[in-house]
Amino acid sequence: MTTVNPKAREAVGEYQWGFHDTEAPLFRADKGLDEEVVRQISGLKDEPEWMREFRLESLRTFFEKEDPTWAGSPDLLDAIDFDAITYYVRATDRDSTDWDDVPEYIKDTFDKLGIPEAERQFLAGAGAQYDSEVVYHNIREDLAKQGVVFLGMDQGLAEYGDLVEEHFGTVVPPGDNKYAALNSAVWSGGSFIYVPPGVHVEVPLQAYFRINTESMGQFERTLIIADEGSYVHYVEGCTAPIYSTDSLHSAVVEIIVKKDARVRYTTIQNWSNNVYNLVTKRAVAYENAVMEWVDGNIGSKLTMKYPSVYLMEPGAHGEILSLAFAGDGQHQDAGGKVIHVAPDTSSAIVSKSVSRGTGRTSYRGLLKVEEGAEGSTSTVRCDALLLDEHSRSDTYPTMEVDEERVNIGHEASVSKLGDDQLFYLMSRGLTEEEAGKMVVNGFVEPIVKELPMEYAIELNRLIELQMEGSVG
Amino acid sequence: MSEANGQESAQPLLEVRDLRVSVAADPEIEIVRGVDLTVRPGEVHALMGPNGSGKSTLANAIAGSPEYAVDGGEVHFQGEDITESTADARARMGMFLSFQYPTPIPGVTMVNLLRMAMKARSGEEPPAREFLGQLREVLQTLRIEEDFARRYVNDGFSGGEKKRAEILQLGMLKPQLAILDETDSGLDVDALRTVAEGVNALHNPKMGILLITHYQRILNYITPDFVHVLVDGRIVRSGGADLAHRIEADGYDPILQELGEPAGAAT
Repeated sequence: MTTVNPKAREAVGEYQWGFHDTEAPLFRADKGLDEEVVRQISGLKDEPEWMREFRLESLRTFFEKEDPTWAGSPDLLDAIDFDAITYYVRATDRDSTDWDDVPEYIKDTFDKLGIPEAERQFLAGAGAQYDSEVVYHNIREDLAKQGVVFLGMDQGLAEYGDLVEEHFGTVVPPGDNKYAALNSAVWSGGSFIYVPPGVHVEVPLQAYFRINTESMGQFERTLIIADEGSYVHYVEGCTAPIYSTDSLHSAVVEIIVKKDARVRYTTIQNWSNNVYNLVTKRAVAYENAVMEWVDGNIGSKLTMKYPSVYLMEPGAHGEILSLAFAGDGQHQDAGGKVIHVAPDTSSAIVSKSVSRGTGRTSYRGLLKVEEGAEGSTSTVRCDALLLDEHSRSDTYPTMEVDEERVNIGHEASVSKLGDDQLFYLMSRGLTEEEAGKMVVNGFVEPIVKELPMEYAIELNRLIELQMEGSVG
Repeated sequence: MSEANGQESAQPLLEVRDLRVSVAADPEIEIVRGVDLTVRPGEVHALMGPNGSGKSTLANAIAGSPEYAVDGGEVHFQGEDITESTADARARMGMFLSFQYPTPIPGVTMVNLLRMAMKARSGEEPPAREFLGQLREVLQTLRIEEDFARRYVNDGFSGGEKKRAEILQLGMLKPQLAILDETDSGLDVDALRTVAEGVNALHNPKMGILLITHYQRILNYITPDFVHVLVDGRIVRSGGADLAHRIEADGYDPILQELGEPAGAAT
């Protein structure tokens, strides 16, 4: 992610991944959504019957469900025209493990985004999704030999049907919410990961998601199963071109962290500002397991995303680090949910949000401690930074604690980019803009420092781009 | 400072001419009411005065704080009129303000700030080895632990640590003019000595110092070439180090009485 074609950057100004290529796709479903489209997708993928039925049932659920009543920006949600969206676009007919087999124009796109470069440098495996289909997946040979599986979700279904059938839709059932139902009906792509007992994947696996087609819906579906005592860190990044019409990204991510296992899932979301990003991410953690979400949201028009952890057995630990940056016209509605089901479980949520111009951030969180989950501990901390007069931040922390013997802490703060901080740094020679960037980078540091170095640099750079011209 | 005496004719570093300053948010209140001041390379000037006399306002206005508005007069630095210059431009020319109340910048390490500030000064990032070498040297001079530089700027610092952090920056940035605003306040005797000795060690024949203080005690360690007394926004007395000693012995009252101000107004 470190090398970006300077011409591409120049061409699109502030958002440097706004370019798109014009190659005609192999197949593109008609706009709009009905049973026929769903059957078509399932048929093209040659899926087993249970999956086709799962999709059709989910579609019915989608039609029945209303938008969430608590939505922070109901008018933005209302504006989504489900009939104007293309639900499935296939650019190439195969998911390759050899970068050379990927069509030239798609390779070009990912080259500009620095994907193969990143893989060579510091990844154990990489995947790339272009519109609806995964075009490339590869994993280091030594990990494959140890039984680690890292495939596109479609290929995962084809090769590990039983494992997928056992777990698919169990963590996030289609009826969970309208957009989870939509994803369950039309999902395509995403990653399937299985880590065998005791195997530690020491360097991250990465997937990169790219929307290219205008007015498109990308509905990737990811399932990660970390078997007992294993460890894996999965990183995803996302970008899209700038179009005048909106695109929809509605993913579902399900993670199962078995006894003594640990999963870290890191997202650097940098969609262009015409993408609706409505994502359901959930993990279940069993005895002494650790689940960590590191969730960075920089782009999109509206993001609604609350990664959650269900702590199912004693000793399980959940951690959610959420970072959101809302520039002009953006609404980042983000946060996290932790449900303490078993005793002696622990959790921590840290949320940092920055709003600039007319940008709006909301922290939305749920901490639930069920009866019998005695001895559980949890801390929630959310900090908001406002860069100017018009920016807005709201906090909606919900706590439902049905058990008395618990230890829970909650802290929240809202601060403004202070004149005294700017003057202090300027008196050291930094320009006003550099000073503003430094304060913001410092503000998000507690989360950025959790990222692998390359991503930390990238995230800081993205934030700096968002900050251009913001001060003064 | 014996170097200073031989350099009376050297080009002034700082020339303040009839400077008038008010609070930007409330221009009715004029705090600095016509100050003249000249600092040449190598000289140490102490600016003393009772509370509320405008010392800190003058210091901040010279450094370019947007909190204050210049209503009249001029500030020249190294021969250039900087009255309208922003704080960062002044800093890049070689001016440094050690704050009375340094602001915390959470999440930004001292090292990070120092590197960025040095880059701003010279136009390029200092080479890592050179930077670390210089950092170790200055930390030793100021008797600061090395891991201090990894801490977030002024975040959770004690009063003494804040002042040391300011002088650490002074040592790394090597400015032509150092304005030390109440660097002695909030320090116990040992900390005061360490900080003052640090300033002395960092002082060089090219560097001018404007030291702002309410009390004389820091002048026991840093010997001024000139002492100015500010009352009600005007410099009412200027002299040598002996002026500070007189203030130490008698307080500000005798000066105020000579001026016809009510005695005891100074604290």
